[in-house]
Amino acid sequence: MTNLQQHPEPPAELEAEPVVVNLGPQHPSTHGVFRLRVIMDGETIQDVEPIFGYLHRGTEKLAEERSYTQVVTLTDRLDYTAAMSNNLAYVLAVEKLAGIEVPERGMYLRVIAAELQRIAAHLIFVGFSLDELGAFHTPLLYGFRERERILDLFEMLCGARITVSYMRPGGVHQDAPVDFWPALDRFLADMPHYLDELQGLIAENEIVVARTKGLAVLLAAKAINCSMSGPVLRASGVAWDLRKQDPYDVYGRMQFDIPVGANGDTYDRLLVRLYEARQSLRIVAQARKEIPGGPVRTQAPFFIRPPVGEAYGHVEAPKGELGFYLVSQGGISPYRCKIRSPSFINLTALKEMLVGYKVADLVVIFGSIDVNMGEVDR
Amino acid sequence: MTRQLAPQEVARFLSGAAPGSVASWGSAGVVVHRESLLPVCKALKDSADYATDFLVAITSVDYVEYFEVVYHLLSLRHNHALVLKVRANGRESPSVPSVTSLWQGADLQEREVWDLMGVAFEGHPNMKRILTWEGFPGHPLRKDHLGG
Repeated sequence: MTNLQQHPEPPAELEAEPVVVNLGPQHPSTHGVFRLRVIMDGETIQDVEPIFGYLHRGTEKLAEERSYTQVVTLTDRLDYTAAMSNNLAYVLAVEKLAGIEVPERGMYLRVIAAELQRIAAHLIFVGFSLDELGAFHTPLLYGFRERERILDLFEMLCGARITVSYMRPGGVHQDAPVDFWPALDRFLADMPHYLDELQGLIAENEIVVARTKGLAVLLAAKAINCSMSGPVLRASGVAWDLRKQDPYDVYGRMQFDIPVGANGDTYDRLLVRLYEARQSLRIVAQARKEIPGGPVRTQAPFFIRPPVGEAYGHVEAPKGELGFYLVSQGGISPYRCKIRSPSFINLTALKEMLVGYKVADLVVIFGSIDVNMGEVDR
Repeated sequence: MTRQLAPQEVARFLSGAAPGSVASWGSAGVVVHRESLLPVCKALKDSADYATDFLVAITSVDYVEYFEVVYHLLSLRHNHALVLKVRANGRESPSVPSVTSLWQGADLQEREVWDLMGVAFEGHPNMKRILTWEGFPGHPLRKDHLGG
């Protein structure tokens, strides 16, 4: 038995060494299988290395073996919370490459679907952000409850809820059933009230404000240099939205505003998305009012053979600029299909945003970028 | 609407700003020599007329005879875009200069090109694989991967 008295005196100043902690693969509040190698001094983050690729399925390689139409199903599985937006980005690139026209009604249906999808994706984001701030599960389910109604609408459109594969080069694969329109009207009537409620839970919530105001400020110049896009860029005060700056389909006819943040902090990144969801409702309401009759799809051949060349098509997806760069050598499948994924590129600034903060803020900051591992790893 | 700059116009500007840099140009973009990639990018980024402050995407394509690295550049100020291309040397150990010193947004994208296509970027601070693991055999997006 050792005598406690005999232990040497501890040195007057304790030496502290940085500690390496592996967060994940899995936890960082489970936006997917992601790992962060964090070097910490006590609780302060000194350095971060994001490690990913656990969900890499080789989507770009698979696309080289499939016909242009078949690739649509692969795009569903990129950002699986925003399949409609992925479909749209891809079919726009194919239409550009092959010179396919889209009928008016098809374009309107695509805009309605893509904007509903944006609301759904932002609801998930807000729910998970509150989860990460410690409000376990209840607010998350508020978000999921309303998202469910959007998924029901998708089910009416195409029979699927998550992996929709609704769009085709040349339009959408079927018209909306008659029941869809009254259901959409009910949704549009209920949603503003619900968004008010959700905003009430966040905007002036003492805990949310205390934990997110001034946290991980991303300055506009830095955001641009890091190629950040989407709500993260707009929260930093840059009014850049492809729906306005490079309108596709019928966005040029829609009246809507681009919400931007004032400080570029985590709080702004949270609220920008809520405001965006409101603007999406405005767009859906207009599109629903203006939608003309007629066909929803140009009859493109099942095997599309675009001329030799290349095209880049992009959309403002819920997470940022989603682009497809397609190269054709005249065959029935793309010679090269590159996916410019917003989640992947938005991770560039992660290190700058995290260094100097406490480990308790890490998940909140990481969550505020809103990445989806299906899209990061592809 | 984002204006696509005519490759001819860009090529003319580049021949003035970085003489001898343009290899060719066509409807799809301007091809520059790999040695002059950095001066070209710097000229485009710093010039008031072009001001390509935003690097949209870096892509690589395996054309079997050569690898092509494609840069989609955008100016948020002027809302115009252009496509810049550079061809890597050979198939054994192809490489092009890194543009991370100009756009930090190139960091992860260049690592992805290295990982999946096997085109290295000289001067990149952390040239490691990113989606597959260290020790993964080959570069999967190459046309001859696993015998093609």
